Amino acid sequence: MIALLLRDLKLAFRAGGGFGLGLAFFLIVTVMVPFSVGPQSALLSTIAPGVLWLGALLACLLSLDRLLALDWEDGSLDLLATAPLPLEAVVTIKALAHWITTGLPLVLAAPVLGVLLNLPVAGFSWLVVSLLVGTPALSVIGTFGAALTVGLKRGGLLLSLLVLPLYVPTLIFGAEAARRGAVGMDTGTPMLMLAGITAATVALLPFASAAVLRVNLR
Amino acid sequence: MMPELGKYADTVLSAYVASIALLGLLVVVSLWRGRRVRAEMKEIEERAARNG
Amino acid sequence: MTFSTKANALWEYANPKKFLATTERVLPFFWASAAACLAVGLIWGFFFTPDDYRQGATVKIIYLHVPAALLAINAWFMMLLTSLIWLIRRHHVSALAARAAAPVGVVMTLIALATGAIWGQPMWGTWWAWDPRLTSFLILFLFYLGYIALWEAIENPDTAADLTSVLCLVGSVFAILSRYAVNFWNQGLHQGASVMRIEAVTGGDTQEKVSNVFFYPLLVCIVGFVLLFVALVLYRTGTEIRARRIRALLARERVGA
Repeated sequence: MIALLLRDLKLAFRAGGGFGLGLAFFLIVTVMVPFSVGPQSALLSTIAPGVLWLGALLACLLSLDRLLALDWEDGSLDLLATAPLPLEAVVTIKALAHWITTGLPLVLAAPVLGVLLNLPVAGFSWLVVSLLVGTPALSVIGTFGAALTVGLKRGGLLLSLLVLPLYVPTLIFGAEAARRGAVGMDTGTPMLMLAGITAATVALLPFASAAVLRVNLR
Repeated sequence: MMPELGKYADTVLSAYVASIALLGLLVVVSLWRGRRVRAEMKEIEERAARNG
Repeated sequence: MTFSTKANALWEYANPKKFLATTERVLPFFWASAAACLAVGLIWGFFFTPDDYRQGATVKIIYLHVPAALLAINAWFMMLLTSLIWLIRRHHVSALAARAAAPVGVVMTLIALATGAIWGQPMWGTWWAWDPRLTSFLILFLFYLGYIALWEAIENPDTAADLTSVLCLVGSVFAILSRYAVNFWNQGLHQGASVMRIEAVTGGDTQEKVSNVFFYPLLVCIVGFVLLFVALVLYRTGTEIRARRIRALLARERVGA
C-alpha cells in the first residue's frame, strides 16, 4: 500500500504530473477576484473566506481528471484491480495521494492568498483548519467522480458536472466555518458538520468508487 | 368567461403558459421519439425476418 | 406461498416483452385519465376558485407549482428505487425506467422553479431568493442533469445502467445532505410544506370551507400530474426497451453479415 502511495506521489511530482498546477490555478483565481468585484478592502475581506474556499474547491476539481486517467491509459489500473490489494484500498490510496499533492498545498497556500484578499486576522486560523478538515472530503468525492468517468474520452466536463453538486454540502459548511471564524462567531456547528462529512465520505465513499471502478474495468 | 385576475393577470397567465408549454413539449418529444423508435424497430425486425 | 407467487407475478413485468404488452394495453387509460384530471383540475382551479385575500389571483399558480414540486422529488425517489432493483435483481426494465423517468423529473423541477419564480416576483418582490427550498430544488436540478449526462455519455448500456444507478444512490445521500446544509446556511422566505395545511396559504384562521375551495381542485391536479407522470414513464420506458432491442438486432446483423 505504501509502495503504491509513494509511486503515485512520485508520478505526481515528476514533470507533467500536474503537481503545482492546482496551486497556480488557486493563485490566479484569487488574483482575478479583485479585478471582477473591485478593490474595496471592506468588500474583499467580507467575501475572502468564501472566495478562498471556492478557489480551493475549483483547484481540486481541476486535477481530478488525471487522478485515474493516466493509470487507465497505460493499463496499470487493470493490474491494480487484479492485485491482492482490494480495490477499495486502491481508491483510498489514490484519494490520499491526490490530497497530499493537491489538497495539502492548497491548505498551506490559503493564508498567503488570504493576505491578498484582506482576510481579517481572526479568520486565518479558521480558514486553514476548515480547509484542512474539508479538503480530504473533496479528494474522496472527486475520486468517486473520476472512477465514474474513467473510461470516457471526453470525461473532463462531465466529471465537473457530476462532482460539483456533490461538493455542495462540503462547500457550505466549510465556507460557513471560515466565514464565522473571520467575523469572530462560534464555529462549532459548521466545523462539526464538516468533520462529519469528511469522516463519512472517507469511510463509505471508497466502496462506491471501487464498485464503479469494477464496472468500468469489466 | 375569463376570470378577473386583477393586477396579477400577467403573473398567473405566464405561469400557466410556461408550465403547459413545458409539459406539452415533454409529451410531444416523448411521443415523437417513441414513434420513431417503434418504426425503426419494426423495419429492422422485418429485415431480420426476411434475411432469416 | 401465496405471497411468493404474487411477488413472482409482479416480477414477471420485468420481462421486457410482457412489459411492452401490458403497457400497450393500460397506456391509453393512463393518458386519457391524466388528460381528464388535468383538464378538470386546472379549469376548476383557474376559472372557478376565488382569489385569496392576501395573495390575490396568484394563488391560482398553486395548481401547477405544488404538483410539479411534489413530482420533481418523487421522480428522483422512483429512480432511486428502480436503480436499487436493477443493482440487486438485474432487471433491465428497471434500469430503463430510471432512465426514462429522469427527463420527466427535470421538466417537473423546471416547472416548479419557473412557477415559483413567477409567483415569487409579486409576493416576495424578487424572482429569485437564495431560500433553502428554492436552492435545494436548484441543486436537485443539477443532480438530474449530471445523471442524464452520464447516461448519454456511456456507450455500453449495462455499464451505463450500473454507473448511473450507483450515482443515483450516492447522489440521493448527497441531495439529502445538501438539503440540511442549505437549511442551516439560510433560513428562508418560503413557507413550510402547505399541501396538508392549506390554511397556511389562505392565511391563518379562515374557515375550513374556504381552504377546501382551494384544496379540492389542487387534489385533482396532483392526481392528474401523477397520472401523467406514470403514463410518460411507462411510454418512455417502452421506447427505451425498443431502442435497446434495435441495438441488439443491429449488432446481430453485423455479426451475421
